[in-house]
Amino acid sequence: MQQVFKRPISLKDVQTHFCPGCHHGTIHRLVAEAMDEFGVQGRTIGVASVGCSVFLYGYFDIDVVEAPHGRAAAVATGVKRARPDSFVFTYQGDGDLAAIGTAEIIHAANRGEDITVVFVNNTTYGMTGGQMAPTTLVGQKTSTSPYGRNQHKDGAPIRMAELLAQLEGVAFSARVAVNSPRNIIDAKRQFKKAFRYQVEGKGFSFIEALSACPTNWGMNALAANERVGTEMADYFRLGVFKNTDNL
Amino acid sequence: MAKIEIDEIRCKGCGLCTLACPGKLLSLSEKINLQGYTPAAISFQEKCTGCALCAEMCPDVAITVFK
Amino acid sequence: MKRLFVKGNEAVAMAAIEAGCRYYFGYPITPQSDIPEYLSRELPHLNGEFIQAESEIASINMLLGASATGVRAMTSSSSPGISLKQEGISYMAGSELPGVIVNISRSGPGLGGIDASQSDYFQAVKGGGHGGYHIVVLAPSSVQEMYDLTMLAFDLADIYRMPAMVLADSVVGQMKEPLVPNKRPVADLPAKNWVVRGKGDGEQRVVKSLFLGDGELEAHNWKLHRKYQELKARECRWEAFQVDDADLLVAAFGSTARIAKTAITMAREEGLKVGLLRPITLFPFPEKAFLDATARTKKVLVIELNTGQMVEDVRLSVARDAEVGFYGRPPGAGSLPTPEELLEQIKRTIEV
Repeated sequence: MQQVFKRPISLKDVQTHFCPGCHHGTIHRLVAEAMDEFGVQGRTIGVASVGCSVFLYGYFDIDVVEAPHGRAAAVATGVKRARPDSFVFTYQGDGDLAAIGTAEIIHAANRGEDITVVFVNNTTYGMTGGQMAPTTLVGQKTSTSPYGRNQHKDGAPIRMAELLAQLEGVAFSARVAVNSPRNIIDAKRQFKKAFRYQVEGKGFSFIEALSACPTNWGMNALAANERVGTEMADYFRLGVFKNTDNL
Repeated sequence: MAKIEIDEIRCKGCGLCTLACPGKLLSLSEKINLQGYTPAAISFQEKCTGCALCAEMCPDVAITVFK
Repeated sequence: MKRLFVKGNEAVAMAAIEAGCRYYFGYPITPQSDIPEYLSRELPHLNGEFIQAESEIASINMLLGASATGVRAMTSSSSPGISLKQEGISYMAGSELPGVIVNISRSGPGLGGIDASQSDYFQAVKGGGHGGYHIVVLAPSSVQEMYDLTMLAFDLADIYRMPAMVLADSVVGQMKEPLVPNKRPVADLPAKNWVVRGKGDGEQRVVKSLFLGDGELEAHNWKLHRKYQELKARECRWEAFQVDDADLLVAAFGSTARIAKTAITMAREEGLKVGLLRPITLFPFPEKAFLDATARTKKVLVIELNTGQMVEDVRLSVARDAEVGFYGRPPGAGSLPTPEELLEQIKRTIEV
């Protein structure tokens, strides 16, 4: 018998701190598989953000720079400009990228920085205990929207993949989910495309992954997983919003 | 002939693999692992086709598949 | 060597290039915009990168990223913009990253004005961001020093693995003076064996400021503290002007020191024994120079373009029996003191 499924080499063989049923682990694996696919592990510099994603360096066997909250795209810009031969990606949550780091992501995207941005959207601030995020769905209760998100007061959730696709500098923008084998297989394809854009020097690539946060949603892993495919995917449609080279 | 190995220590008992298995061969066991979770286990190993969907689904990369 | 006639801000940009800096990230703000303008013109011809960022916050974080790869990089701004950079500076200090930050400061608080100011002294030397750290702070008082101290800032940043700031204002930034464009000094620089580069077959490297393990952060902070002590022991710089026989010691830095020097020369012409002690490094503060000078001279007059900031460090440094007086003008249009005004203060202090 041959081993047909194994851990990617870019992913360290360690236990993660993620909660049971959290999709970060799956998204980490897909990132690592994409690194392995293109053989870029040795020249990759990852940029960690603030939130549950901060321990990037504990899980990926790559060089990592830790960015202040929201600033990963600016840090990645500095890294890539100084070392254009390296493969540079950021890994950011929704609070980090779509609230405090909105200016940084939009302008890095608009400049067409040759980097890849992995955006994990779980509609909440996970690390700080489940507060309302820019992506929290209307009506969703969080620890700072105890009566549910009110669109008139709090605004509607931001669709980053569509928003960034509008910018001339963006070469690739897609949204995926990892809540079912079928979605995971498709997500793998999109991750590889996103990485290929940078490997071929074709510009800024953005991939948003819908993710479950069972702990802060107050759900068990199975219910949280289901919510990704129903409520979340209803509002945050899966798909490719920009693919300039039709990769 | 196929086989899966579940790392009982790594498994956090989230149960996502049980959704993924087309043959419904996976379920959470009653025993408690070192982390305090009830890890997934396979029944009827001989029915496993090695499709690896459980492994794809596992957020903790706790499943290895042989075929 | 040839002499040029340039603005202080241009001297900073020229020095950065001479020091091997090829990466600049900035955002326009008066009165420092000559620096990004100069570098946007020159860096593309030197295989470098110039980015006009979307904000000061982005530019300091681009500096953080570039510095993490080991290159020499710089940003510049003026007071309100420097406030925005404090987050990134704290992270750089915590991550032990070099990098040069130039503050051609202006008056405040808030939008304040664009006039020369020394109101950012506390912010610069006490660690302007969160977490209790220091950065190297150099205070030029001439165009030549704008040039020489910018090069020094790059060396000190690399040697001590920490951010370094050049703190000046529009007087030295906008003024034209003769400049001898010195060659980059030969410094004994440590190998940058900590930079991220893509691990290849080597060990993983991580540039970070998060330390959650038991005792880790305390140990890290002690390590930073030892660096600050080492800086105090080895890197203090100051100018002593006619202090040996002085009955009164004037203490001033940067642009104010220029005016004070003129006033001191006028005082000497009237037979008054006055000297100037001008800190060039604001952090590390030349504590011992003040202690030594006040072993003999018991009267000190601190002059600043603010309501009293450096005076606190002078009071902490002088001999116990020294008297420290203060004269300051809060910055703003028309508040730059004249030499005559300072001469009057000098006389008044001597008479008391």
